[in-house]
Amino acid sequence: MKLPLMQNGMGLKRSLTYVRRYKVLIVLTLLLAAVNVASALYVPLLIGDTIDLMLGEGKVVLDDVVPLLVRAVIVAVIGGVALWFMSIINNRITFHVVRDIRRDAFAKIQRLPISYLDSHPVGDVVSRVITDVDQFSDGLLMGFTQLFIGILTIAATLVFMFLLNPLIAAVVVVLTPLSLFVANFIAKKSYRFFREQTVIRGEQTDYISEMVENVKTVKAFSAEKRVTDGFCEVNRRLEKSSLNAIFFSSLVNPTTRFVNAVVYAAVAGFGALAVIAGSITVGALSVFLSYVNQYTKPFNEISGVLAELQNAMACAERIFEFLSEREETPDAPDAVILDSVNGAVGAEGVCFSYTPERKLIENFNLDVKAGQKIAIVGPTGCGKTTFINLLMRFYDVNLGRITVDGHDIRSVTRKSLRSQYGMVLQETWLKAGTVRENLKMGRPEATDEEMIAAAKRTHCHGFISRLDHGYDTEITENGGELSAGQKQLLCIARAMISDPPMLILDEATSSIDTRTEIRVQNAMKDLMEGRTSFVVAHRLSTIMEMDRILVMRDGNIVEQGTHAELIAKGGFYYELFQSQFAE
Amino acid sequence: MKSLLRYMKGYRKECLLGPLLKLAEATLELLVPYVILAMIRNGIEGENRRYVVLAMLILIGMGFVGLLFSVAAQYFSAKAAVGFTARVREALFAHIQSLTYREIDGLGRSTLMTRMTSDMNQVQTGVNLALRLLLRSPFIVFGAMIMAFTIDREAAMTFVVAIPVLSVVVFGILLAGIPLYKKVQVRLDGILSKTRENLTGVRMLRALCKEDSEVRDFDEKTEQLAGSQKLVGRISSLMNPLTYVLINLAIAFLMYRGAIKVQYGVLTQGAVLALYNYMSQILVELIKLANLIINITKSIACANRVEAVLETKPSLSVLPEKYSEKDGSVVEFDRVSFRYGNGGENAVNDISFQVRPGETVGIIGGTGSGKSTLIHLLCRFYEVVEGDIYVEGRSVTSYPQEELLSKFGIVPQKAILFRGDIRSNMQFGREDVTDVEIWEALSLAQAKEFVEKKEGGLSAPVEQFGRNLSGGQRQRLTIARALVRRPSILILDDSASALDYATDLALRRSIRSLDYRPTVFLVSQRASTLKGADRILVMDEGRLVGIGTHDELFDTCDVYREICLSQMKQA
Repeated sequence: MKLPLMQNGMGLKRSLTYVRRYKVLIVLTLLLAAVNVASALYVPLLIGDTIDLMLGEGKVVLDDVVPLLVRAVIVAVIGGVALWFMSIINNRITFHVVRDIRRDAFAKIQRLPISYLDSHPVGDVVSRVITDVDQFSDGLLMGFTQLFIGILTIAATLVFMFLLNPLIAAVVVVLTPLSLFVANFIAKKSYRFFREQTVIRGEQTDYISEMVENVKTVKAFSAEKRVTDGFCEVNRRLEKSSLNAIFFSSLVNPTTRFVNAVVYAAVAGFGALAVIAGSITVGALSVFLSYVNQYTKPFNEISGVLAELQNAMACAERIFEFLSEREETPDAPDAVILDSVNGAVGAEGVCFSYTPERKLIENFNLDVKAGQKIAIVGPTGCGKTTFINLLMRFYDVNLGRITVDGHDIRSVTRKSLRSQYGMVLQETWLKAGTVRENLKMGRPEATDEEMIAAAKRTHCHGFISRLDHGYDTEITENGGELSAGQKQLLCIARAMISDPPMLILDEATSSIDTRTEIRVQNAMKDLMEGRTSFVVAHRLSTIMEMDRILVMRDGNIVEQGTHAELIAKGGFYYELFQSQFAE
Repeated sequence: MKSLLRYMKGYRKECLLGPLLKLAEATLELLVPYVILAMIRNGIEGENRRYVVLAMLILIGMGFVGLLFSVAAQYFSAKAAVGFTARVREALFAHIQSLTYREIDGLGRSTLMTRMTSDMNQVQTGVNLALRLLLRSPFIVFGAMIMAFTIDREAAMTFVVAIPVLSVVVFGILLAGIPLYKKVQVRLDGILSKTRENLTGVRMLRALCKEDSEVRDFDEKTEQLAGSQKLVGRISSLMNPLTYVLINLAIAFLMYRGAIKVQYGVLTQGAVLALYNYMSQILVELIKLANLIINITKSIACANRVEAVLETKPSLSVLPEKYSEKDGSVVEFDRVSFRYGNGGENAVNDISFQVRPGETVGIIGGTGSGKSTLIHLLCRFYEVVEGDIYVEGRSVTSYPQEELLSKFGIVPQKAILFRGDIRSNMQFGREDVTDVEIWEALSLAQAKEFVEKKEGGLSAPVEQFGRNLSGGQRQRLTIARALVRRPSILILDDSASALDYATDLALRRSIRSLDYRPTVFLVSQRASTLKGADRILVMDEGRLVGIGTHDELFDTCDVYREICLSQMKQA
């Protein structure tokens, strides 16, 4: 029978590859399930036998009844123990599968190209890794514990019933699949609603993540109502689609129960007729009635599980869709590991654009000698960060090549390339953890003395010491209570501690006050000494001291040279320079 | 959880009909063994085949009516659950928007995210299940007991003992699980924020080659989560096996007593069979109830967490009207002190100054000197610890929040835009703004040129956080967003940091040319940006160390002179 959940083969197949690792446990759990089912079937049989002994007043032999009941209790205990171990093992399988998937998803994040992450909302990815995996696991857990037992119970009860009375058994066999047809029909119909619900829920998660993240901005504009209205719109849509999904899938249960009631009635009726005809005993009828309940229960549950699995599969699809996203092209197999480079950087005929429609950098050439300092300047929004994306290989060039010490950067490992750079970005980023962990992120083996020395040089030491636990103060995700300037100082200190041969400073000093800044700049000057440095900055005064200036406009590099050369040229740089003193 | 119930208000009918219809269905179910008993007594013992067939048809008929009840019940429950959750989610969302900065700092944003998403999903599941099944299962359990009494009083005593024992087991196990579930949730939150952090900081992490160590760290966290999940699982999975063994003990005892009673002619075989059937029903329903309660416990825990957020009262309320004793100032700080959190040093200390309408006031000072704090206090994002702040002569504490904020156009330090298009971002500033006014504001904010170049102009899409725009573009749009409000007080909180000097200068010129002459607060690091201000406030380590024009301060204020000299040397 083709169940609708088989339709989305990818989700199911991929989840099986995760389950397969727990083969031994699965076999074990199957065995325990068998023991449990055997117990559940044997006990009613023993009870049926005792009922058959109760023929009427004065005809009951108590000495025959007691051993049967003792046996029933022992069998029940064995069944109970098997059930307990089975649940423990199933939990283990489920939680481990979830853990494995989450780990892979997280590792996947690390391997996805930056372009993917730049173009996909954070909330969407988070909801795949967290909510979807959870829902998937809930479905899996239910499926695991109930599917096995269900199938075993059905098979075993069938055999027993045929042995007891083939006619009544045949009635059961003919009628019961009705419930599966009904369940399947409903599940098929409701799948669409589940899928829709998942999509809208993702949309909502995304909206929530945007608005919760920026709630302070929302408040500053008294835009609470506007934002809440926007939320209500998505929420209403979710409400509607959830109602559909939940209601239609919950039809499964009553309808299958109705089918069961019919089966039960039929067994009782045909059974009673058989008793009258003398072909079975009342005890056997009781066994039948109990078996019918046991037999139809899994049909019931399987239908219920179907709905849950349905949802789980919709989630699995989203998870595995994410897991099969194209990854960053791996490092070439013969990729060289760059080690302590001199820092000569070159660009030859580099062309780059994010989208083919909009050309950015065209035929760009550059020759930077080791230890030179390069400023990247240009008006706001001219694409200075694009250049950093290329240097760090966050994006690959479309044409031409960029070299470090003569190596095409595509021929070296990304890690070794990136570890040659120290980077301070305009948008500071700190991880949740202690100040110490953050500072030593670039070089965990740095000693505390080195760390404190760097913190002092970058003027972090003072405010760090004033924090509740000094260097061991826990910072919340992305800096929490620290001011923008303090965060930036920490990022600078972090770069200083990692002590790289090359530097990228992206408007690093823009939110630090000038008094602190001049000290930081002095420290930076030390740091830059002998290191190739790329500095994105607005301050033309800083730039004047650079060996070379790259002037960017509309995404392209339009001029390059020293300050004097560019001024003499009277071009775009000259215009920019003039505007600083126009006041 | 209680206070959440009021969101159920609109669903009274559903909440009543759902469980009631379920009970009607359950009653039919309870009658089944009775019909069977009648079938055995009258049909089998009386060898009446027609009676058997009639009983069979009655059973089928009861099943069908049950089906109708049940479908209706499912619909009402689903409607109430989904509707209730949607209402709570809306209320929660609106509530989060109403919290002040202090509460948002305290609760943490990733926690708020979890409350809004997975917690609410669990609540929905719980409500739906509760409406459908919470009454049904106990009803069948006690119903079975009552039916047993109608058959034989003494045999029914087995039920009287079995039910409480089973309940103790069920509830004991459940209670033991609750604190453990909490731990699981905390660990899950940790994994969530770790994932988010890695997405937002991906460039930095890759630059630092942290991929492997982050993966290791995450692996460890997932291992811990799986560990606590397994611990919870081990305890809660005791439930089914224990109840299974207990109910079979009860059945064995029932059979033993039944056998004796049959021997003495008190009971018939058919009556024992009916008792057995009732006892079996109890097991099924108790297990259902147990699983239900597990689910509902989880939901209640989630609901309580949601409630805790809802009960976090915004710490600011509108206080009785209070007016300044001084005249003619648009903004007045009167001996204002403030600190973040409870302990620690004051972030600003004893600040007093007055600003006249139309004045341009610069605020300069080192990192952490309290510049932004002054702005936050002025807008009453945080409440002062000591002193008073007056806007247009009236204490900020006596304004309704919206009225106070309507006076300000704020350009925050961090240039954040929202998903939508450029127009919708401008409407964020003022709902009823026209396209003409938007273009005007864009032009003032030096953003007109690049917006014009964009395909679609004002309808050009803006991604979440505005990440499809450069830092400078975002910053100019946030400035335009403040300008569309035509605010009487314009605040630029270090908002020109990503702008080059030329743009910065053009911006300041256009602000000076505004026809409605707003009072302007310019927070900046650059002395040159503030040079043209009417007055400059110099902040140093939370204290106001100088007020005056550039020239005055240059002569009298050491801190200011030092700042200027340090910048001039660069130029």
